[in-house]
Amino acid sequence: MADHDHDHSHEHGSELSETQLRVRALETILTEKGYIDPAALDAIVETYETKVGPRNGARVVAKAWVDPAFKRALLKDATAAVGTLGHVSPVGDHLVAVENTPQRHNMIVCTLCSCYPWEMLGLPPVWYKSAPYRSRAVKDPRGVLADFGVKLAKETEIRVWDSTAETRFLVLPMRPAGTEEWSEERLADLVTRDSMIGTGLALTPAEIAK
Amino acid sequence: MNGVHDMGGMDGFGKVEAEQNEPPFHEKWEGRVLAMQRAMGYAGAWHIDDSRYAQETLPPQTYLAVSYYQRWELAMEKNLLLRGYVTEAELKAGHSLEPTKPLPRKLTKDVVDAGITRNSFFRQQQGPARFKPGDRVRTRNINPLTHTRLPRYARDKVGTVELIHGCHAFPDSVATDRGDDPQWLYTVVFDGREIWGPGTDPTLTVSIDAFEPYLEAA
Repeated sequence: MADHDHDHSHEHGSELSETQLRVRALETILTEKGYIDPAALDAIVETYETKVGPRNGARVVAKAWVDPAFKRALLKDATAAVGTLGHVSPVGDHLVAVENTPQRHNMIVCTLCSCYPWEMLGLPPVWYKSAPYRSRAVKDPRGVLADFGVKLAKETEIRVWDSTAETRFLVLPMRPAGTEEWSEERLADLVTRDSMIGTGLALTPAEIAK
Repeated sequence: MNGVHDMGGMDGFGKVEAEQNEPPFHEKWEGRVLAMQRAMGYAGAWHIDDSRYAQETLPPQTYLAVSYYQRWELAMEKNLLLRGYVTEAELKAGHSLEPTKPLPRKLTKDVVDAGITRNSFFRQQQGPARFKPGDRVRTRNINPLTHTRLPRYARDKVGTVELIHGCHAFPDSVATDRGDDPQWLYTVVFDGREIWGPGTDPTLTVSIDAFEPYLEAA
């Protein structure tokens, strides 16, 4: 994969350097005009590189697995429930958590652009914003799941949530079997980003032991 | 608008390919583009739906060919030009040549946390909600030439109101500089067969978040 990406960036080398020049010019102009502060840009980039990521969502999911009252609150009003956890970044006003069960699997997409719960999961991966995912998730979610190596029972209902407004969705994946005695912190390690989008399942104890 | 951005249900784009251990940004300039976009949004230069609309109105061949953050950058240039914050000559020169157009505020380092906290889109309701959970609704068959958040695949389809999210700024209005025009927002769920026809996987349901003007009673 790394080699492939390397080749890929060489293929588009000239195009990328043109983009780099454009972006640099834009930053210079906006800075000279006093619209932006480059130090603030540095801080924003650092936040998304180091502070905001799927660990935020994983903590919420793990807490919901061990604390039934929190889980009820989360499913009722995710914004309010997450707001009670001081260690998780503010999520804005419009978070909805949806629960996976043996009967029903939820999957999140934004067919029109790239809406995604940044505060819970960090920046969306390239595939989430790509044409293959945005086009197929609403029509052939089982095919998309197969691309991720996930196969559900054929009678499991699949619910696809298209994020067409400012509401943001977080999937509460099923708690893996064999984790009854696990602490909240250990459980959070099982909660992958994809399991909170619905293109994956939480890791099993055997998978994480690998 | 019926643009190439409205991808739900299109065929032929191939498999979803996930990259292992993907970094937040693949190139340094991507982070700068994201940060500039956040800073200009905080400053009040334009709304999030203006950014989306500017991307949607890129030539379709460009929209499909460039990367995600290239799209953001091109859309940002469009909004800067359209709203008079920079000129073509400045973009060409790579420097400021004209007086600055005032903005309501500026994102500085000390307010970055506030600057990247998501805005609320709740707005004062203008009247009672027309629908409630459980109501059957039909989405309207609209084809506006401007920004809308009703995807093509979900037009003229019968579904059920499942959730009501309060009253929100209406993107179709915001993106055409007509103000917030607050509207009730609902999650409406459809049977997969209603959308994709008989023969569709009977276990599939699809929901959209639909603003009240997109809906009529079914």
